[in-house]
Order: sequence, then C-alpha cells, then structure tokens
Amino acid sequence: MHPVVRWFHQLGSPPYFERFAARWAPIAYIAGLLVMAYGLYGALFVVPADYQQGDSFRILYIHVPSAWMSMAAFALMALYAAIALIWRIKLCEILAMACAPVGAAFTLITLATGSIWGKPMWGTWWDWDPRLTTELILLFLYLGVIGLYNAIDDRRNASRAAGLLAIVGVALLPVIHYSVTWWNSLHQGQTISLFGTSHMDPSMLPPLWAMVIGTHLWFVGSLLARARADNLRRESGKDWVARLAEPRA
Amino acid sequence: MSEFEPTHPPLLSARGLAFARNEQPVFGPLDFSVDAGEALLVQGDNGAGKTTLLRVLAGLLHADAGEVSIDGRAATASLRSRAVSYMGHLPALKSDLTALENLDFLCGLHGRRRGQLPGNAMAIVGLAGYEDTLVRQLSAGQKRRLSLARLWLAPSPLWLLDEPYANLDLDGINLVNRMVQAHLRDGGAALLTTHGAYAAPPVRTRMLVLGRAVANA
Amino acid sequence: MIWSAAKALMIRDLSLLWRRRGDALQPALFALLVVVLFALALGGEAQALAKVAAAVLWLAVLLAGLLALDTLFRGDADDGSLEQWLLAPVPLSWLVLVRTFMHWATTALPLLVATPFLAELLHLPHEQLPVLLASLALGTPLLSLLGAVVAALTVGMRRSGILIALLALPLYVPILVFGAGSVAAAGQGLDPVGALLLLGAGLVLALVLAPLAAAAAIRIALD
Repeated sequence: MHPVVRWFHQLGSPPYFERFAARWAPIAYIAGLLVMAYGLYGALFVVPADYQQGDSFRILYIHVPSAWMSMAAFALMALYAAIALIWRIKLCEILAMACAPVGAAFTLITLATGSIWGKPMWGTWWDWDPRLTTELILLFLYLGVIGLYNAIDDRRNASRAAGLLAIVGVALLPVIHYSVTWWNSLHQGQTISLFGTSHMDPSMLPPLWAMVIGTHLWFVGSLLARARADNLRRESGKDWVARLAEPRA
Repeated sequence: MSEFEPTHPPLLSARGLAFARNEQPVFGPLDFSVDAGEALLVQGDNGAGKTTLLRVLAGLLHADAGEVSIDGRAATASLRSRAVSYMGHLPALKSDLTALENLDFLCGLHGRRRGQLPGNAMAIVGLAGYEDTLVRQLSAGQKRRLSLARLWLAPSPLWLLDEPYANLDLDGINLVNRMVQAHLRDGGAALLTTHGAYAAPPVRTRMLVLGRAVANA
Repeated sequence: MIWSAAKALMIRDLSLLWRRRGDALQPALFALLVVVLFALALGGEAQALAKVAAAVLWLAVLLAGLLALDTLFRGDADDGSLEQWLLAPVPLSWLVLVRTFMHWATTALPLLVATPFLAELLHLPHEQLPVLLASLALGTPLLSLLGAVVAALTVGMRRSGILIALLALPLYVPILVFGAGSVAAAGQGLDPVGALLLLGAGLVLALVLAPLAAAAAIRIALD
C-alpha cells in the first residue's frame, strides 16, 4: 500500500490520532503565533498609512484573514462532513465538528473588526453592508451546526446530522451571498465597497499574506486540539485512554 | 440412488455481525442463518441487544462489522424492502384513521400478498367487525393484532418480529404462533425476539441467545 | 408501485386532515394574528402600513409555515410510520416529496387564499398584490422543501421547537429576500420578473435535491 494511503488509514485509528494531534497541535499554535506576530508588526508599524482612511484601515489585516478563514473553515467542515457521511469515517466526523467552533470564532472576529472598521466610515456600528450581513448569516449557520451537534445524544448521529446541515449550508451560502448583495443594491442603491482590497499597493500585501498564513496555522492547531479532545471523550471507556490517564511511574 | 438436492441458500444469513453504540459493544460478532420454513428465536435479557439486532437485520441500523445476506445475495436496501417485513415496538398505525384505512395505506406502501385482502386479514386476526373503528379506540392488544394483519398482507418471505407476544392474551399468543406456522408452511421464515421462553411457535426453531456483549449461535 | 404508494400516501394525508379539519385553519389564523400584531405595533396609519405591507405579509406567511413545520414528520416518527417508509420498496425521497407536497397543500395553500384578505388589512397597494401572490406561490413550496430538510434533521428530538427555527431561518434568507424583494422591486417600478425567475429556478432545484437531503437526514435520525 502506498505510504501516504497507509498513513491516512493509520490516522483513523483513535490512539494514533491522539499521538499525532498531541504532537502537532502545539507546533501549529506556536508557528501560527510567530507568523501572526510578524504580520501584525508589519501591519502596525511598517506599512504606511492609507491615503484616504488614515490609520483605521490597519484593522483590515485582522478583518480580511478572519473573513477568509471563516469561509474556508465552513467549506472544510462541509468537506469533512461529506467524507464522513459517504464513507462513515469516524475521524472525519470528529474533524468536521471540531471546525465549527473555530470557524464561528473567526466569524465573530470578522464581524467585530468589520463593525469597528465601519464606525469611522459609516458613522454607525452597523450599516447592513452585504458582506457583513452574509458573515452574520454565516455565524447563524455555524451556531446552528453547533446547536444541532449538542442537541442529539448519540455522538455519531449528532455529528452526521450536523454534518449534513453543514453541507446544506455550504451549498446555500453562495445563494445567500448573492441574494443579500441583490437586496442591498435594491434598497440602498450602489454602495462602494469599503472593504475591497483589490487596489492595495503591493507594499501593503506582505503582512496580509503573513496574517493569512498565520491564521491558517492557528486554525490547524485549534482543529487538532479540539479533535483530540473529542476523540478522547468518545473513546473514554477504552483501555488505551485509561492508560494515558495513569500517572507516569 | 439418492436424489439430487439442489442447495438453497438460507433465506437470511449473518456473518461476523457486530454493533456498538457510543463505543460500547451491544452484540457481536454473530454468525447465524435462517432457512425457508424455519424460525429463529432470539432470546436474551433486557438490554442484551435483541431489538438492536433486529433493526440491524431490517436495515434501520448500520452494522459496525460483518455482513448480512438474503437468499445468498448481499442485503441491499432494495432487496430488503422486497424480502423483509419488520414489526417493531411501535405499531406504525395512525390513531386518527380507521383500522381498514390503515391497512389500505400500508398495503399501498409495501404492496400486498397475492390473493389476500385487508378484510379477510382482519378476520384472521380476530378483528372482524372493527374495520371502521378508529385505531385510537382500540386496545393495545387489538392494535397488536392489527399490526399482525398488516404482516399477514405483506408480500415478504422473511418476517422480523420484535417482541410479538407483548400486549397479547393467551388467544393472541396462539394467534401469533398459528400465523408463524402458516407462514413457514408457505415457504417463509421468521425471526422472533422474546425475553422469556414461555411462548414459542411449534415449528422447526433455532435459538440464538444474546448475553451482555457475548453471543452464542 | 411508485404511483400507487404516492396515491396511498395522499389519500392517507387527506383522511388525516379531514379527521382534524379544525387544525387546518391554524396557520392562517396565526398569520392573521401576526398581521394584527404588526398593525398594533406600527400604529394603524394607512400610509405607514402600506409601505411595509408586503414585507409583513411575507414574514407572516414564513413564520406560520415555520410553526407548522414540526407537524411534517413528527406524527409519523412518533408512531413508527417513518420506519416503515424507510423499509418500503419505494424511494424514501419520493415519499418525502409527496408528504411535503401534501403538507404544503394543507398548511400553505390556505395562507395563499387568505393573503388578499390580509393584504387589505395592511392597505397593500392593489397593483402589488399579483406580484405578492406570485412570489408566495413560488416561495412557500421552497420554504416547505427547505424546511423539510431541517425537520428531518431534528425528527428524533423531543424539545426541538426553537432549534428548528434557528436552523431553518438562515436557510430561508434568500427565499425571503427574493420573495419580499420582488414586491419591493415592483413597488419601485423595477421589473420583478428576475427575482421571481430566481425563485422558480430555486424551486426546481429544491424539488430534486431537498427530498434527497431530507431522506438522508431521516436515515441518520432513525439510526
């Protein structure tokens, strides 16, 4: 068997995944923190102030990576859920459910930073901007998946049901975004997007990429840590877990 | 000279069947089979996994290990839908409809055995005259008899009966046994669960005893 | 087999509806109450009500449908009928589609019939009524189909009332936007046909995909 395929199979075994996650989660966290620190330093001190928006645009360096992460996490959650539903792989069920709280947190950060950024722009904390409105609905979708997962007693059925909801959500998300954009143009006329990054000066980009990579690494760390905890909880009756809990001689 | 006897695959056979819930094993691995004209009695205490086993065989639950074959072929959903009739704890009867309306619907859903009609099925189970009674007005035993009438009308050869004797008086218990006997005579097979050996159909019967996470075939 | 099963299910649902025909009016009564509450909260001034009439009517129909969603599968789940559907020789998604259609016909159609009357209460401009009815005619089946998926996901659960709403409402957003938006567009003098066509396209997609998703959800719930 091809070594990569074999590694995937091994990863599905709960004790092996426990060792894998225990090792790699801290590494991902630390790497993410370091890259984000570099990115934030660049964002705050190196990049010059924007011509139009002054220093308030710097929050973009948190807002944009968080927004991308919130959507990537949802897509990944739906992908894991699809694999779990089709092939009944327990590890993918765990990973799918672990994506939800982390993705929801990034969505919250996106909304908060978007609102903070909007205050100097709009004069109010909220303006029903189409992208932020879509993020808000995305947050509800996340909370729905988490809520459904917690509402069903049997853990496997819960993750499969919540996973199916995630798949339905990811299919509807583009439709939701399109509908909200249409609605916004209908009721408020053409709005100039204040959050566009398409005309950013090249000198402004490196910290952004650093933040994007940093948040991805942080996400991986969070995912592994949560999946590890869920894995242990599900397997808690087994011998190998009891052995782990024993104090080392 | 002995006659050539073609081997017929067993109507139902299970190999290495196992099921776990929340990482706790419920039963397995089990190996057993039921031939046409045979009954299999599944015994065990409460919680031993009898209902779960029947639901796995019916296709409502997904086994964690092992395989089920029906008539020698792998048990797919479509094969099960034609070959298996499942009577579980819940009666699957609408209390706002009459007995006959319920039977008409279930026949429309599952199909009807050739030559059998809802009317005479009700007579067989002793509910003649109750055709236009709302199911909510029937007693628990009468509802059970109505479920048996539905079973009688089903075109499937394999019956999976979960606690068929529950809620029945002596008359009812005899009715179940007579029905199983007739069904087996027609070439069908039946799997019954019971937690007591007090009522068993007087037919060729195998036994499967489930203990807590341990099984003997 | 497929058609005889569909016919049997439709006859069954109609008989069940007839036995409890009082219940059939409840969604329409709820929508009426919502309209009354909105009017009370907004002040009964005709001009102000006319401006929001289409949106309030859409919300009233949507919320009434949401409350009725619980009855889609609960009765059949509780008495074991849903299990038998799973075991039937007919595809479960087909049975779900027929059931959802019957549910829509018995809960949403009365709402559609009541809409002109409710529109009068809110002083909806008369020229907006056809667009409103068209958007509801396309939108309510869509709501039923999407709602069926959510109802199927929660069918095993006891205390699922608010959870159904929390799961369904984000998914309802595009339908509400295009539905109420089509009337708003007409009110602004724009062409509502685009939004209505989008609803129609969504309906066609949902007719195929939603029953499949709901059937998968039922299988998971009964697992």
